[in-house]
Amino acid sequence: MWPDERVVGFVNENFVPARVHVRDDAKAFKEYGERYKAPWTPTILLLDPDGVEHHRIEGFLPTDDLLAQLMLGRARIAFDAGQWAEAERRFREIVDRLPNTDAAAEALYWAGVAPYKATGDPASLKATGQAFKQRYKDTPWAKKASVWA
Amino acid sequence: MAINFRHDVDAVLKDAKTQRKPVLLDFSAAPL
Repeated sequence: MWPDERVVGFVNENFVPARVHVRDDAKAFKEYGERYKAPWTPTILLLDPDGVEHHRIEGFLPTDDLLAQLMLGRARIAFDAGQWAEAERRFREIVDRLPNTDAAAEALYWAGVAPYKATGDPASLKATGQAFKQRYKDTPWAKKASVWA
Repeated sequence: MAINFRHDVDAVLKDAKTQRKPVLLDFSAAPL
């Protein structure tokens, strides 16, 4: 939820925030909703500094899950920019701080990919595949990582 | 403590580009 101080702190530290309101700013909602293909609320888009979308959060989420999704999106922006070390740190932070959220399994997956992208050494993929045998076993991300173990 | 949402999206996009900082764009129906 927006009033949560962890969410507020993370957003203010990591993003320039903008809001379009479906009723109070209907014209802007229509314009930007069409531009970004976002007809539903709540929808949160995380864009890089050039305005390109990297992550989308649709529908209500409890606070921890919302924070984890925001962190995931910020990590994804770093990953897509080829900032492998920063991306890995950000993905691992989700797993460490918010391990019981849905985003954590996805973060664990990408935390294994980032060092591989940096070095070409598949050891991090194998370790991630092994890690999924211990946790998040029933998630799609465990299936995706199973080929590495 | 609150998020200082701005409503001029194009201005936010321009500022983000200058600052090299990502953008959070919230499509909301929440009470103001």
